[in-house]
Amino acid sequence: MAVMAGLLSQALAVPHSLGHTAATMQNSAPPAIVLEGLRKRYAAGGTLALDDVSISVQPGEIFGIVGRSGAGKSTLIRCVNLLERPDSGQVRVLGDDMLGLDDAGLNRARRGIGMVFQHFNLHSRRTVAENIAFPLEVAGVPAAERRSRVAEILPLVGLEARANAYPAQLSGGQKQRVGIARALASRPRVLLCDEATSALDPETTEEILALIRDLRARLDLTVLLITHEMGVVKAICDRVAVMEAGRVIEHGRVFDVFTRPAQPTTRRFVSEVIGHSVPAETIARLPAPEAGETRYLAHVLFAGPNSTRAVISQASREFGVDYNIVSGRIDEISGEPFGIMAVAAYGAPAKVTASLLWMQELGLTVTPIEEHA
Amino acid sequence: MSWLTPTMQDLFLEAFWETLIMVGASTAISVALGLPIALLLFVTAPRGLSPNGWVNRPIGLLVNALRSTPFIILMVAIIPFTRLVVGTSIGTTAAIVPLALAATAFLARLFENALREVDPGVVEAARAMGATRLQIVAKVLVPEALPGLIAATTVAVVSLMSFSAMAGAIGGGGLGDLGIRFGYQRFMPEVMATVVVLLIILVQGLQSLGDYLVRKLSHR
Repeated sequence: MAVMAGLLSQALAVPHSLGHTAATMQNSAPPAIVLEGLRKRYAAGGTLALDDVSISVQPGEIFGIVGRSGAGKSTLIRCVNLLERPDSGQVRVLGDDMLGLDDAGLNRARRGIGMVFQHFNLHSRRTVAENIAFPLEVAGVPAAERRSRVAEILPLVGLEARANAYPAQLSGGQKQRVGIARALASRPRVLLCDEATSALDPETTEEILALIRDLRARLDLTVLLITHEMGVVKAICDRVAVMEAGRVIEHGRVFDVFTRPAQPTTRRFVSEVIGHSVPAETIARLPAPEAGETRYLAHVLFAGPNSTRAVISQASREFGVDYNIVSGRIDEISGEPFGIMAVAAYGAPAKVTASLLWMQELGLTVTPIEEHA
Repeated sequence: MSWLTPTMQDLFLEAFWETLIMVGASTAISVALGLPIALLLFVTAPRGLSPNGWVNRPIGLLVNALRSTPFIILMVAIIPFTRLVVGTSIGTTAAIVPLALAATAFLARLFENALREVDPGVVEAARAMGATRLQIVAKVLVPEALPGLIAATTVAVVSLMSFSAMAGAIGGGGLGDLGIRFGYQRFMPEVMATVVVLLIILVQGLQSLGDYLVRKLSHR
């Protein structure tokens, strides 16, 4: 049985290309944000907050960086507009070599990069309209023009009625709408979102994410966001990078990373939203294989052209293998449907192997589920 | 009320006026000097907007030295300086100089604390929007700290009222001085009691005014 499992995992080993050349793919236009070889250490002798991180974000895409707290994602996003200076590496935003700019140049460049914060960071003594006008004030835009720009942007975030309210009078979701409106007031091409939805309830999170997605399309924005919630990545990102201990451990198209996570950390993140894991109790309750038969537990992932074929019943019929479907669901990532199913295959070892390999040939992804005795 | 002769009434009026002048003028001066010092301390602090130990440490030291000198000693110790500034070392005007100096040091620390209460996230957001340091100070730090700055000023005004009672030592006059000279030295407890009651009413009034302004200005 153990030999069997080893053989199977070998046969089923999926090549993880995952578009690791993603940094250079898709788009021929120059990337909006390029971070290259960033290193940052806060205290001498301390651990590296950033350890040789390189990321490139294409114009118009929503790029997510996901990681646990302390993984370095917050430092990373702060390096884009140099709220935090990397010890070494390159930062290019919209063609500007950020680290080469003087103070005045940096301030000018920052005005072209909007930023949204987890705790909104609104001025408590300014009204909604005054908060939104702040970046314009900083940039020296005349008062009349500021007023008309604020009037233009308030409807974009649905806050026309609250223009004269103070932040303390708003709900969390409304505060973040103000934060977004403020970030977009000076018409930036790039928007940085620092855990923009982490302080919000799930419903408001969805609302804010929808708003960001909608604004990206309307205003032709490039969005870089960091989050610890895989749900955020699944909901709006085109590409994702997973960070751990100051390094990017995996990156690629969200669909690829979700359907074929290569790293254990990524798999854990992904399982949060698409239920990769099967409880041990459930496994323990499955019937044992009969004499001469084997039981093999696997996740079968349906994606692509064959995702709608009746694969399981066909395999059962043709190979004489019984499939016990433990769990299954259909989901959609970035508009692409996929199904994931946990199955227990019962049958002669050779038949089981053959049936799973056949599924693999159809373009389904089969990953063994580890059984812990 | 036989003690409240017309002469005594005049004395009270005069003393009340002197207290108002001493406290008012030294408050105005100490706010004007204390805020820039507090901003300098805050901005040059180790994790501030432009950390600079060579500015921060000497100023911090000076502020602490002034704050730890007992006011009665400070008053006489700086007599040469007082004479230099106002041309005399006795009287109400002369008392304003040490009062303002002591209150400046006191307020600089209180203001610095008020500035520390400003949400660092708001400052970070302003930096991210390309605000210059001057803009951050003028458009973020001071406006956001305003309620705290006013609360600090209220505390300082009340302290100045009690400091001003010591101004009698250099002929500054004022209510406190009246209470000592008549109430204590001439055995007129009624005068002492009246002075104390007047001061309590004054302090209560100022505190209420300060609290009202803080409430009106903060939107939390």
